[in-house]
Amino acid sequence: MIGTLTALIFLPALGALAIALLRGDRDRADAQARRVALTFSFLTLLLGLWLLGRFELGEPGMQLLERASWIPALNVQYLVGVDGISLFLVLLTVVLVPLLLLVPWEPVRENYRLYAAMVLLLETGLLGVFLALDLVLFYVFWEAMLIPMYFLIGVWGGERRGYAAMKFFLYTMATSVLMLVAIIVLYVQFGTFDLLALQGTAMAPARELWLFLAFAAAFAVKTPLWPFHSWLPDAYREAPVVGTVLMAALMSKAGLYGFLRFGPTLFPNAFGEMIPYLLALALVGVLYGALVAVVQGDLKRMVAYSSLSHVGLVAMGVFAMSALSLAGAVLQMISHGLVIAGVFLLLALLAERFGGLRPMDAYGGLMHFMPRLGALALIFVFANVALPGTSNFVGEFLILVGTFVAEYRVYAILGAFVAVLSAIYMLWMTQRVFHNPPREELRDRARDLTAKEVALLAPLVLLVFWIGIYPKPLLQRIEPSTEMLLLNAQARVEQTLGIADPAPDLEDTLTQAQKEEGR
Amino acid sequence: MEARDFLALTPLLIVTGTALFVLVLDLFLREERRGWLSGLSLLGVVAAFLANLSLPTFREPLVQGMIRFDALTQFLNAVFLLGCGLAVMLSADYARRQGMARGEYYCLVLLSTLGAMLMGASADLLMLFLGLETLSIPLYVLATFTRRNPASQEAGLKYFLLGAFSSALFLYGIALLYGATGTTKLDGVLQGLSSAMGTAPGLVLGGLGLLLVGLAFKAAAVPFHTWAPDVYEGAPTSVTAFMAVAAKAGAFAAFLRVLAISTPALAEGWALVVGWLAVLTMALGNVVAVVQLNLKRLLAYSSIAHAGYLLIAVAVGQTGALSEPASAGLLFYLLVYTLMTLGAFGVVIVAEGRGENLSLEDMKGLAWRYPWVGLAMALFMVSLAGLPPTAGFFAKFYVFRAAVEAGSWGVLLAIVGVIASVISVFYYLRVVYYLYLRPAPAPVAAAATEGEGEEEPGRPVYLSRLAAWGLGIAAVSVLFLGVYPTAALRWLVEIAAAAMSALP
Repeated sequence: MIGTLTALIFLPALGALAIALLRGDRDRADAQARRVALTFSFLTLLLGLWLLGRFELGEPGMQLLERASWIPALNVQYLVGVDGISLFLVLLTVVLVPLLLLVPWEPVRENYRLYAAMVLLLETGLLGVFLALDLVLFYVFWEAMLIPMYFLIGVWGGERRGYAAMKFFLYTMATSVLMLVAIIVLYVQFGTFDLLALQGTAMAPARELWLFLAFAAAFAVKTPLWPFHSWLPDAYREAPVVGTVLMAALMSKAGLYGFLRFGPTLFPNAFGEMIPYLLALALVGVLYGALVAVVQGDLKRMVAYSSLSHVGLVAMGVFAMSALSLAGAVLQMISHGLVIAGVFLLLALLAERFGGLRPMDAYGGLMHFMPRLGALALIFVFANVALPGTSNFVGEFLILVGTFVAEYRVYAILGAFVAVLSAIYMLWMTQRVFHNPPREELRDRARDLTAKEVALLAPLVLLVFWIGIYPKPLLQRIEPSTEMLLLNAQARVEQTLGIADPAPDLEDTLTQAQKEEGR
Repeated sequence: MEARDFLALTPLLIVTGTALFVLVLDLFLREERRGWLSGLSLLGVVAAFLANLSLPTFREPLVQGMIRFDALTQFLNAVFLLGCGLAVMLSADYARRQGMARGEYYCLVLLSTLGAMLMGASADLLMLFLGLETLSIPLYVLATFTRRNPASQEAGLKYFLLGAFSSALFLYGIALLYGATGTTKLDGVLQGLSSAMGTAPGLVLGGLGLLLVGLAFKAAAVPFHTWAPDVYEGAPTSVTAFMAVAAKAGAFAAFLRVLAISTPALAEGWALVVGWLAVLTMALGNVVAVVQLNLKRLLAYSSIAHAGYLLIAVAVGQTGALSEPASAGLLFYLLVYTLMTLGAFGVVIVAEGRGENLSLEDMKGLAWRYPWVGLAMALFMVSLAGLPPTAGFFAKFYVFRAAVEAGSWGVLLAIVGVIASVISVFYYLRVVYYLYLRPAPAPVAAAATEGEGEEEPGRPVYLSRLAAWGLGIAAVSVLFLGVYPTAALRWLVEIAAAAMSALP
């Protein structure tokens, strides 16, 4: 029997397959591909909403578990499940993808079929990453995300798309394989890839640290955490807008999710030990991203660095490991995804009007020509500045308070500057693009948003305000899971401190694993 | 000779019979009818394939202790025949286009396959040598098959000289082992080895070392790889495809058979030597592949690199009780390697016109003109790079897992392996990049449906129906084994377990 989660993961892939099988001349097939892609992504959205309905409130553990044997020879199983942490990331994915497929965006008119198929495959990869509970299954989805993204950047990207796509791929791949080796080592020690079974296993401290660092490298590049972000400016700049949104809004969350899901669960001691360093990296990312954003003259680059800064703040919430900061981090992942998607989509619409994005100073007074676009832009600007009433306020407030109460006060205080700095660059941008004296030469190309385009952005606006004003439905579901995560990790750390005899060393565990294998 | 001897020989006899029949029939066919020969060869291969899988297996050696027909033989035969069948399908139209003598061509391909099958089935070192020669000699001839092309001539000569050299080393190794143990039977050598180590360690070590060098030559492992790039580039592409698969698979089949004769006393040294070979092979193959612009050379270095990953399994297959996953991993890797390498060369075959030597540039925009061919090539590249969800991922995963299980030396090998894989991503993805690179002046969307684009600029693809089926089978298998390798792996684990339990 196919369960909800399996259907959810593979429905987009099925859509991609359907698109691959479309026949006929190019224009008609492209038009059909659009319909097929939209149909499948909306069906996935419906399934996601159904999942939300079936999700049991107050149950902190994994729900709707599906377990099936996959490759017994390798002891790999198919194991998926959802909890409060992954639930909303799944929902964010299924909400954003249909919207992105609706975007009318010039460069992807060409070869739309391949494009739509790649977006759908990427959706499958993302959903799989958020739901997989077997390490190999997780890794398969994790890597499966790369190929579609490579295509999105490499085929529909800008001038230097080949370079950007390759850089993106090699950076992420190089660190993911470290994770793969760590996964294999975990298997050799414990004889399973099952995350639920691996929970609560103990290993030698040095080994735990190395394995955690291998996992962390993969997540840090994907997020990206400063200083692992050097692929980001190239990839964000060269990717088509939809690709950028997918990276900024969703793939970065895969990295953060990885930290949250695997760090405290598999390596509570090593994770705890590394917290100060990780927090420092996150904090540097927050400030560095914001400061670089201030001096950017290019809209897309500014938003890219702003995203780096805000993602750094979420990472801070994850690393601070207090009940408040964790809940805030999960909430802020969703909120950041919505806001950054809105901002990038507005940039896409702007670029469509003017045949590509221009430097900020080439615009001016757009509010006069395009009041609707200006108003929506203002909403997302305020959301990005985390004004109360928007979703970012709730998330970032929780993260900062949570970090503060976790006794990482300096980090919290310095992190709070994100609000000030983002106000500087966002408002300055607003002034330069929308308010300065109107430039007459822009007038004839500055069509305002159509009703359709407003409708495209409306769901994002609504969600941003809803979460900002009434976050309870989300927090209700997030908090039990994050609290359990926290308690489990603390219990494990105390347990390790409590027991006197050291964990078995490498040779012992190896022979033990061999014995297991022999049986 | 008993009845069961003939039973065990049936697949070999079918292949031999087909080879001879094709050769004779060629004399009586007019040029335009020679297309039949490919169909006939394919029929013979399929018959041998089915016979091979339906026959019962025997645990003890047959044909006076020369041949084994056990589960391992069965699997290796299946891989060789699969490779041969795909190669025949892919080269059918190519051989016609290049004006090759088709009767001899198919005959030699089949005989070479026969040699590989003999290697996989051998229970005696002499049989192994005969198999090696039966595999190699047709390949020498095939390499020169486009006679007017000097590069092809050079390739054949180079391959012949170095191949003969390595065969001689191999034979000398057999002689030394015979001197040490007084037998050439693999079982006998194994039994006599421990005592021989005491009396004549030089003979044993020298013999095993020379066997290793001979096989490393055939497998194109560094530092015995120098012939490979030139030969691969110069030989007709369909031959290169077959050679890359048959010679390598044959060599590793022999590794599996010879592996059984190494004793635990030698295991550590063996793991060290073969491990270093693996490291060198992976490093050099992948790094040099990065700078290749010629497609066949790129795939040649890729094939060298893959010998390195396979050698990891050989290196860690020796350390005592843990060799079962290693040999199962090796077998799975061989199967996957056969599929993806033939597939990748297959795309080069169908894209190559008469007398051409394709470079990366020639792949430009191919995927837009021929979406399915492009997609298949992208899939093979992704699989060669070892990324999920393709078969290449699980092949590497299995081998690396076996390596990590074998202890700290294995962990080191696995780490070198993953680093090498990351490097390989660069050049494999570059091929994908060229495939999907839009041609400089983007053709107007008005032009052409897929498959036939007379108005469109760009190179044509000669996709015959047989070649399309060949590519399709390879691509679907690569994807299927990447998503659901379960059944294949279960079979392989059984084979490996049976092979291990057969050891004394």
